[in-house]
Amino acid sequence: MAAAAELSLLEKSLGLSKGNKYSAQGERQIPVLQTNNGPSLTGLTTIAAHLVKQANKEYLLGSTAEEKAIVQQWLEYRVTQVDGHSSKNDIHTLLKDLNSYLEDKVYLTGYNFTLADILLYYGLHRFIILEKFIQGFWITDQLFKVKLVIL
Amino acid sequence: MRLFVSDGVPGCLPVLAAAGRARGRAEVLISTVGPEDCVVPFLTRPKVPVLQLDSGNYLFSTSAICRYFFLLSGWEQDDLTNQWLEWEATELQPALSAALYYLVVQGKKGEDVLGSVRRALTHIDHSLSRQNCPFLAGETESLADIVLWGALYPLLQDPAYLPEELSALHSWFQTLSTQEPCQRAAETVLKQQGVLALRPYLQKQPQPSPAEGRAVTNEPEEEELATLSEEEIAMAVTAWEKGLESLPPLRPQQNPVLPVAGERNVLITSALPYVNNVPHLGNIIGCVLSADVFARYSRLRQWNTLYLCGTDEYGTATETKALEEGLTPQEICDKYHIIHADIYRWFNISFDIFGRTTTPQQTKITQDIFQQLLKRGFVLQDTVEQLRCEHCARFLADRFVEGVCPFCGYEEARGDQCDKCGKLINAVELKKPQCKVCRSCPVVQSSQHLFLDLPKLEKRLEEWLGRTLPGSDWTPNAQFITRSWLRDGLKPRCITRDLKWGTPVPLEGFEDKVFYVWFDATIGYLSITANYTDQWERWWKNPEQVDLYQFMAKDNVPFHSLVFPCSALGAEDNYTLVSHLIATEYLNYEDGKFSKSRGVGVFGDMAQDTGIPADIWRFYLLYIRPEGQDSAFSWTDLLLKNNSELLNNLGNFINRAGMFVSKFFGGYVPEMVLTPDDQRLLAHVTLELQHYHQLLEKVRIRDALRSILTISRHGNQYIQVNEPWKRIKGSEADRQRAGTVTGLAVNIAALLSVMLQPYMPTVSATIQAQLQLPPPACSILLTNFLCTLPAGHQIGTVSPLFQKLENDQIESLRQRFGGGQGIFMVAGDNFVVLQAKTSPKPAVVETVTTAKPQQIQALMDEVTKQGNIVRELKAQKADKNEVAAEVAKLLDLKKQLAVAEGKPPEAPKGKKKK
Repeated sequence: MAAAAELSLLEKSLGLSKGNKYSAQGERQIPVLQTNNGPSLTGLTTIAAHLVKQANKEYLLGSTAEEKAIVQQWLEYRVTQVDGHSSKNDIHTLLKDLNSYLEDKVYLTGYNFTLADILLYYGLHRFIILEKFIQGFWITDQLFKVKLVIL
Repeated sequence: MRLFVSDGVPGCLPVLAAAGRARGRAEVLISTVGPEDCVVPFLTRPKVPVLQLDSGNYLFSTSAICRYFFLLSGWEQDDLTNQWLEWEATELQPALSAALYYLVVQGKKGEDVLGSVRRALTHIDHSLSRQNCPFLAGETESLADIVLWGALYPLLQDPAYLPEELSALHSWFQTLSTQEPCQRAAETVLKQQGVLALRPYLQKQPQPSPAEGRAVTNEPEEEELATLSEEEIAMAVTAWEKGLESLPPLRPQQNPVLPVAGERNVLITSALPYVNNVPHLGNIIGCVLSADVFARYSRLRQWNTLYLCGTDEYGTATETKALEEGLTPQEICDKYHIIHADIYRWFNISFDIFGRTTTPQQTKITQDIFQQLLKRGFVLQDTVEQLRCEHCARFLADRFVEGVCPFCGYEEARGDQCDKCGKLINAVELKKPQCKVCRSCPVVQSSQHLFLDLPKLEKRLEEWLGRTLPGSDWTPNAQFITRSWLRDGLKPRCITRDLKWGTPVPLEGFEDKVFYVWFDATIGYLSITANYTDQWERWWKNPEQVDLYQFMAKDNVPFHSLVFPCSALGAEDNYTLVSHLIATEYLNYEDGKFSKSRGVGVFGDMAQDTGIPADIWRFYLLYIRPEGQDSAFSWTDLLLKNNSELLNNLGNFINRAGMFVSKFFGGYVPEMVLTPDDQRLLAHVTLELQHYHQLLEKVRIRDALRSILTISRHGNQYIQVNEPWKRIKGSEADRQRAGTVTGLAVNIAALLSVMLQPYMPTVSATIQAQLQLPPPACSILLTNFLCTLPAGHQIGTVSPLFQKLENDQIESLRQRFGGGQGIFMVAGDNFVVLQAKTSPKPAVVETVTTAKPQQIQALMDEVTKQGNIVRELKAQKADKNEVAAEVAKLLDLKKQLAVAEGKPPEAPKGKKKK
């Protein structure tokens, strides 16, 4: 999914009415948003966090200092690890790590659904084969263990 | 909460610098762990730094940890900080890791390191100066500053990597670096060792992909036909018509070759390959083959040329190898010298002399230079602590000692480095040291050594460089390396060793010592010449008359540009010093992934066993010569270049030209009546020939090879457009036209055979025999295109020159050399032999990234076809839109081809220079 499409999808689910236009920068097609009241913003997670604030849903960025840091950590993980790797081995390790992390959690921060869940879900989408994907859930499948997370 | 950090891990810098922010809000315990410890239970790979929170959760991202500390202090998140941190993670980090890897692990310097981060540094600088704030996100120092400072510190703390023109970055960095939390963090993590403290950590990181920064490319730039003036055409025609008469008489062969006053005297050396191993293909292209092309070219120009090389035979490595093989050092040298000589003979290297360094002349000349230096006060004495094995009665070189690592306790640490923790060790610091030969315990003894006082000679060296460099053909990397050594300031260099196998030191108290190879190896050029002729001083003490070209890989530059010149300048004996220092970059193997190891590789003798002729190896190695930038050897590419450039382009043209003469004109060159179109072709060929000369005079060997292929492409197109095979069956006028086209084509073939001589000497001789080219025309190349095969000249029997390489043949070679056996190659003779991946790529990746050779070949053919269409349209001065449409098609095809070959598609380029 191109970054612009992903951000439009996010706008919709945040209930933002007026769709923004995004341009893309450089080889990796990094999204750029020209805001009305300030300089432009560059980068997927930067823009996503901005949109969340625009929609007055700051809780999606975490409520406590700890949650906030964890949300940002997984957002960074999304753009560096999930987007950065393409070899089968890397993807396998990544899914294994995530699965083991989520073993005792409902969401990435624990019990609260955040922007990190949304963007990681979008990012993993391309790795997860369609038949293992059920609307309303997201799955990391590791051979015998199936972890379901209710969105 | 508990913060886990580790020495020498870059991410710990910002984390420690930020930890103070949490003071008073939370208690932070700091634990030091190993860089490879797996602290986070759910992560497969080791990750440090890590913050374990009181809730049991982990923060394993450096930025997230810093962010958490800042959040605890009451700081609020904002868009600008988020943007900086995202940029740091996605753009800055990959560039920085590459730069640090090049610097610390690969020992590169200067632009090789800076090149990959320059864009990122400039971005920070511009942002700082544009917003006119002292810090990244405003008036006060904040999270973004700490995170970026921590990332940049290891590199930028060396002023060489903080470009002065980036003044805003400069002052931002200085401000932060002088703050106490930052200073303390830097001390804790780098332990005052600077960037080298990161070495063990960086060695464990994968090699950065070359996609960042400079791309590795083997592709030539797109050609475009130049516009010619009437004068140029007229001059080309006049020169052509003069023909064979304009050739000067052939220089008589001299033996020995000696400089002649009033002539151009060219002395060519190739770096001396180290004797104790079989040379690999990297050595061959790095110096011996490159120098051979230039030597052959120089002779074609009728310059008085002497090309010399030989084996470098003294030193520890020979002693080690001798122990390994149970022979004496002398026997090792004798054995490997022959192996070297045989390989170079197979590669058709045209040495005038291929000598060796273990000769009485070497001792005589080295000792003489030393005595002169000593007499003039350029030699210092100092004491060095060393391990000595009493049992073997000798001092132990680093590689002859083993013991327990003083840092990690590893039992079998080597005398120079521990294989376990990767730290560099000074041999005397090893615990429980053992002599590798007899296993007894050596003792520390101080030993007297001699040092060359380079600082005292620095001024003379700079004066000489100031005279030599302007207008010379030193390669940019050679100039750069030399300048960076001078900028850091020269230090006295130890020139003696406690060894037996070397040139004896003629000084009282030093009877048990020999000269260190790097002092006397470069003197090998002189002694090898002295063994060839007793008049060697006419070459080596004659800077006014002799032009010295020295070829090497770039790792050898300092010895030739600094150490030997200093010795020679200090000896004050009017030595000939290098006028043109030609250094290559590195040649990688296949996808460039390798690990250092010894003794594995495709070596010169294995190349013979592949069944691929020496000239094809020469052609491909020269085609990808790492000239100006690194390049990569690829089996698929070898097959493609053989089949497309040699077989379809060059071979096809020369064979057709000859066949038309035999088939249609009974083997006699027909009458030629030149039309304006033919004259224009003559002028184009002349222009390309002159381009070839300009490039080779500058020793741009790889680029000059392109000129040959371009001429042959012009030739093919000329035949294709004029269709002599049809015209020969037509009217009288048509038959005459067929004759002209055939005659001109076969003359172009004759010219190509001479231009090809430096690159593919055997193929060149074969063409010349087939065409019965008159002898003077075979050995002299002028700057004009002459008619060397006039009407009525009888040619010989024409036969195909090249064989197609088949996919399965190449595939089996790739398996043989690429799968497990390991392979070359770094140019140069310091024997960094690189091992290829140990298993073939997983099939899945293969299908995604690279197409089959057949598909690639098909695409290449299409590219060639489309290229011809474009060229023809341009030649006909067709409508611009029409041309543009065809060019677009061509570019699209090229893109497909690049994808099929697994290369990143090229960024669109501007208009090419001719």
